[in-house]
Amino acid sequence: MLDILWLTVKLAGVTTAVLLVLATPLSWWLARSRSWWKEIVGALVALPIVLPPTVLGFYLLIALGPHSPLMAPLQAVGVRTLAFTFEGLVIGSVVYSLPFAVQPIRNAFQAIGERPFEVAATLRASPLDAFFSVALPLARPGFIVAAILVFAHTIGEFGVVLMLGGGIPGETDVLSIEIYRLVEALEWDKAHQLAGLLLIFAFAVMLSLLLIERRTGRLRT
Amino acid sequence: MTLPADTIEASFRGRLGEFSLEIDLSIPAAGVTVLFGPSGCGKTTLLRCLAGLERLPGRLIVGGEVWQDASHFLAPHRRPIGFVFQEASLLAHLSVRRNLLFGRHRIKAAAPIGFDQIVTLLSLEPLLDRGVGKLSGGERQRVAIGRALLAQPRLLLMDEPLASLDGQRKSEVLPYLEALHEELAIPVIYVTHDGVEAARLGDRMIPMRDGRAGHAVDLCAGLATASQELLAQRLAERGAEGLVAELQAAGADQLLAGLAVAALQAGLPPVGKA
Repeated sequence: MLDILWLTVKLAGVTTAVLLVLATPLSWWLARSRSWWKEIVGALVALPIVLPPTVLGFYLLIALGPHSPLMAPLQAVGVRTLAFTFEGLVIGSVVYSLPFAVQPIRNAFQAIGERPFEVAATLRASPLDAFFSVALPLARPGFIVAAILVFAHTIGEFGVVLMLGGGIPGETDVLSIEIYRLVEALEWDKAHQLAGLLLIFAFAVMLSLLLIERRTGRLRT
Repeated sequence: MTLPADTIEASFRGRLGEFSLEIDLSIPAAGVTVLFGPSGCGKTTLLRCLAGLERLPGRLIVGGEVWQDASHFLAPHRRPIGFVFQEASLLAHLSVRRNLLFGRHRIKAAAPIGFDQIVTLLSLEPLLDRGVGKLSGGERQRVAIGRALLAQPRLLLMDEPLASLDGQRKSEVLPYLEALHEELAIPVIYVTHDGVEAARLGDRMIPMRDGRAGHAVDLCAGLATASQELLAQRLAERGAEGLVAELQAAGADQLLAGLAVAALQAGLPPVGKA
């Protein structure tokens, strides 16, 4: 049981770390660009919110499978497939949770407005300097919300993980899959324990998000 | 004739949205030059063009250095300026001290304007370790002025720095601006629509209207205390007799504000001539 818990937390942790790095430049571009077609990219990023997880999982299974052209460069270095592997699950989770990282970070960047960057420029800060010394610290609440949302969303994902991971013990068998399996096997007591654990976790996540929102709202006024 | 090294040569022509600017100016890079005019006349836009925060087609040469011409545009962070915005615009994630040092930390050359000097000049000592959220409006603007000065500007641009303050706060900050003028030899371009501020702080005034600038008007030193007769005479020389008669009947405060308006009218080329 502990290894399942550890695997779940590891998946969520790695996904969160990868997404914070990936989503930052993407959110920055979406927040600051004036090109009209950025909304096309915005829509693509938001797609996993409305797409059935099984659809996403199906396409990911094909894309990361042994016959995918995307896998050709990896096959050259000896990796035949990423389907049914932990690394595959990380990629799937990153795609699945992308909108939950981009949305809060993009909003936080947009809320900064133009003025702090004009101030930074008149104080000799180059645009790159201002990104690190002004944009990132001012958008910090957005990053905290993004991290919490992505972590929680990855813990809670089921459809993508089932399609792409198959529930292999020690490799892709995470909590939500385990609960499904326990119920199938009529092991209600164990299912109760895990379900209860996730319920408490979900409540703690929502409570912390609301508290952060309350706090940043107060700071703005 | 002033040497090119001591002047700011600015010419801009172009539209920003609904607004069009047509400027040809040569300003001595010394003392306080007031850009004066009603709101919407383009004075803030001109100031932002000088800072490089807006980009209009044109040419800008400051102290012999080309900041902008047809092929070249110096990015704002490479211009040795200080800019004070109408709202203090302090960086909310930094303390007062770190706001003050933001620009200074990014200067590699020698820094003749010292931290202690500015802290004393603007009475910032008790504020240094506070967060910027806990300051009054006047305190915030003083920090913003100090922050701009500590970036070691060769040219200080101020965009109505007192306009967002109420009367009491205004009179709290105004003496600091005068002290600045006396203690530091940095040329200042000061945007305002307030005649009293213009008269108290300015060495010369450039009236602006409808995106165009008139001829510079010298404001004699100690204008605020000069006699009404002298002021009236100066106005009359510029062909504002009608206004002079009105102003002589009014009090001193109104006279100062009126002087600015009169200069605006007298200094501008006739509309429609261009």
